[in-house]
Amino acid sequence: MASGIRDKVVILGMGCSKFGERWDANAQDLMVEAFEEALQDAGIERRQIDAAWLGTAIEEQHVGKSAVPLAMTLRLPYIPVTRVENYCATGTEALRGAVYAVASGAADIALALGVEKLKDTGYGGLPQRSRGALNDLFWPNLSAPGSFAQLAAAYRAKHGANKDDLKRAMAHISVKSHANAARNAKAHLRNPITEEDVLKAPMIAEPLGLYDCCGVSDGSACAIVTTPDIARGLGRKDLVAVKALQVAVSNGEEVQFDRWDGSYFATTRVAAARAYREAGISKPRDQVSLVDVHDCFSVTELVTMEDLQLSPEGTAIRDVLDGFYDADGQLPCQIDGGLKCFGHPIGASGLRMVYEMYLQLSGRAGERQRAAPVWGMTHNLGGFPSQNVSSVTIVGQYGA
Amino acid sequence: MAHAFGILSFGAYLPRARLQRKAVATANGWFAPGLKGLGKGERAIGNWDEDTITMAVEAARDCLGDLDRTSLQQVVLASTTHPFDDRQNATVLATALHLPSALRTADAAGSQRAGTGALIAALAGRERTLVVAADMRRARAGSTQEMQYGDGAAALLVGEGEPVARLLGAHTESVDFVHQYRMHDRNSDYGWEERWIRDEGYLKLVPRAVGALLERCGVEPGAVAHFCMPGTLSKVQAAVARKCGLAEGAVRDPLGQVVGDTGAAHPLLMLAAALEDAQPGDKVLVAGFGEGCDALLLEVGEGRGAARRGVRGALADRREESNYLRWLSFTGTLDLERGMRAEVDKATAMTVLYRNREMIEGMVGGRCRACGTVQFPRQRYCVNPECNALDSQDDYVFSERTGKVLSYTADGLTYSPDPPTYFGMVQVDGGGRLLMDFTEVDPASMDVGLPVRMVFRIKDADPNRGFVRYFWKAAPARA
Repeated sequence: MASGIRDKVVILGMGCSKFGERWDANAQDLMVEAFEEALQDAGIERRQIDAAWLGTAIEEQHVGKSAVPLAMTLRLPYIPVTRVENYCATGTEALRGAVYAVASGAADIALALGVEKLKDTGYGGLPQRSRGALNDLFWPNLSAPGSFAQLAAAYRAKHGANKDDLKRAMAHISVKSHANAARNAKAHLRNPITEEDVLKAPMIAEPLGLYDCCGVSDGSACAIVTTPDIARGLGRKDLVAVKALQVAVSNGEEVQFDRWDGSYFATTRVAAARAYREAGISKPRDQVSLVDVHDCFSVTELVTMEDLQLSPEGTAIRDVLDGFYDADGQLPCQIDGGLKCFGHPIGASGLRMVYEMYLQLSGRAGERQRAAPVWGMTHNLGGFPSQNVSSVTIVGQYGA
Repeated sequence: MAHAFGILSFGAYLPRARLQRKAVATANGWFAPGLKGLGKGERAIGNWDEDTITMAVEAARDCLGDLDRTSLQQVVLASTTHPFDDRQNATVLATALHLPSALRTADAAGSQRAGTGALIAALAGRERTLVVAADMRRARAGSTQEMQYGDGAAALLVGEGEPVARLLGAHTESVDFVHQYRMHDRNSDYGWEERWIRDEGYLKLVPRAVGALLERCGVEPGAVAHFCMPGTLSKVQAAVARKCGLAEGAVRDPLGQVVGDTGAAHPLLMLAAALEDAQPGDKVLVAGFGEGCDALLLEVGEGRGAARRGVRGALADRREESNYLRWLSFTGTLDLERGMRAEVDKATAMTVLYRNREMIEGMVGGRCRACGTVQFPRQRYCVNPECNALDSQDDYVFSERTGKVLSYTADGLTYSPDPPTYFGMVQVDGGGRLLMDFTEVDPASMDVGLPVRMVFRIKDADPNRGFVRYFWKAAPARA
């Protein structure tokens, strides 16, 4: 295995817009909101940025194609700017571009910005588009909740889980994320809810009800990264470093080969194992301090706890119901509200997750602050359980 | 009967949903109180994802079973409701059946006699021919036709072999007697007074054709064991039989109370039902009425044809539908608010459809010669990670395979003409899997492990360009 990314790149500054139904803002406004915060946090000027990456998934919904919208909006001075898209893992891909550029020595300071403006469709949920000329001819007529709901049926069948227990654990996941977001001023959905609210909500895609689904939001998040030496040269102490950044992409085995049982993410398992090796983590359940996963749907969060080796296989329901992942539990999950309540502006989400870990590791998470976190992990996923892009990022104190 | 030319096998298909006529009469009673008398029994109605072609595919599969398909020389699809005016419907049928391209295909159309005409032509010829007749009948809301029509299909395999039945003779009277008509741009039939149709039409034209036929064949009317004649007029079958001198017991039930009149398919559907009941040596008389009359006299042989579900099985596989409005929305009669998600452009690239026609319309995947892995779709590299061989796959037909549900959901968010959309992963028996749409689901019995079979259905419609595209869906495997 390659030597990896551990401690080669540190975060110089980050920013995140207010997420939500931003009827007031164009995508450009959201980009500026996140960028201004990151720039001030980094304490640099825009001309010091050597290269930039723009993450945006549904470009036809707002900014259009290419990286030009980022360069024009931020007035970047003829530097290389690249647009990336990898389903809902787009934000992490933007970060990966910037981190790899710095690690390679090609750039001293690099910018990653993710943005999505989803609330211009005229309806709730994600924009529905063609999935490609051939795919449209044979893919089922599916929505995002419908495709992730498949996990519940397969998980129940595999583990002999009781339908009500599973539904209750899923409800607990959403109740917990709403409670967490109530303490996050930038979050989209800040209203506390009860288990009963979740269980009585209208059905979207069986067994996922309204409160099992994440918010569809407008927003932007941004990171400025550099080398540890440059950061110290700029007077920064207590650096937050990238410890691991891994992506695994489906090759068709799940959806076409007769091995996968439909109850887990094959990609996440591979990406997590690689990330732990890269970061030097051997007992994730005991060592990881905080985790933000891609909780697009409650059931996604549940099975992901097992895919990340945080809960042993078949025990996530118990851990969730025991409060293991609550804000005051042993390993808080979605302490910022997650996709569920912070919101899910697709291209921004991967960066938003890292933003929360960065705040926690810097001791700047306000009333959400956990005592002395060591490892912060994010998991950003795109696509469908049967074919997807999964990424795992681990950040921690530089040198620790 | 030894080796001979004749009907070698037969099959049928009826949509599962049976609209309760009482619901129609109740809904329309304020305007057409006269419908009350017709408000009995039920009629077969196609699902939103069914049309003449998809019903024809099912009837053809029922008829062909696992008989060899490569020896077919001709396929005819008879209907008055072909989805396409230009694009041969029979060719879509042949592709769905995965037939070789060296095949004569034709659509027969334009009359209630389209089905009987195609069958006579096939039986008069020398070629191994699949005759399929199907109709998805159109009628105005609140009309008598809406009550009396039905949707369905029948298929007959004609050729050299041990016949289920052999043709003794056929006779056609072509007379421009317009009991009903429908021009190209109309959505419903226009009919004349029933008493005239009965007295001047059925009671004169059918006896003329039947009389000529029986005389030519040298068969006494009393020797006919099964008389198959569609017709929605009250007791018209018995009246015609009396006039022709046929035995009262020979008159077969036109299935009005359980199916409705399936148009061009109906004489063949009634023939298929008769063949299920007939004994070797029985004589079966089929009459198709419309701008004259087609009459066929057949003698039942020892042949059985393919194992089939048949008319009996199709009748038993039913679901009562009392939601009249839902059906009106399926037929396009009701302009339902479908929401913004229905606005997604469903344009089909003909280039893509052509390159992948066997995959899409025939559900053909691949089987790797190197490692044996069955997979869908067929790609250049084998999906087995221990193999990944290049260009190593032979065609592998998934459409005739059964499978089991591996995961599923009822998706209420995505657009469907009949929400929620059921879809999920199907593990195919014998290998291979795919994420696919389900149809004909009973919500209560949906679960992981449920056995399914593949059915050819409308995938979605492109209202902007007037096109429908087809693919296969998984349907619960019922007896």
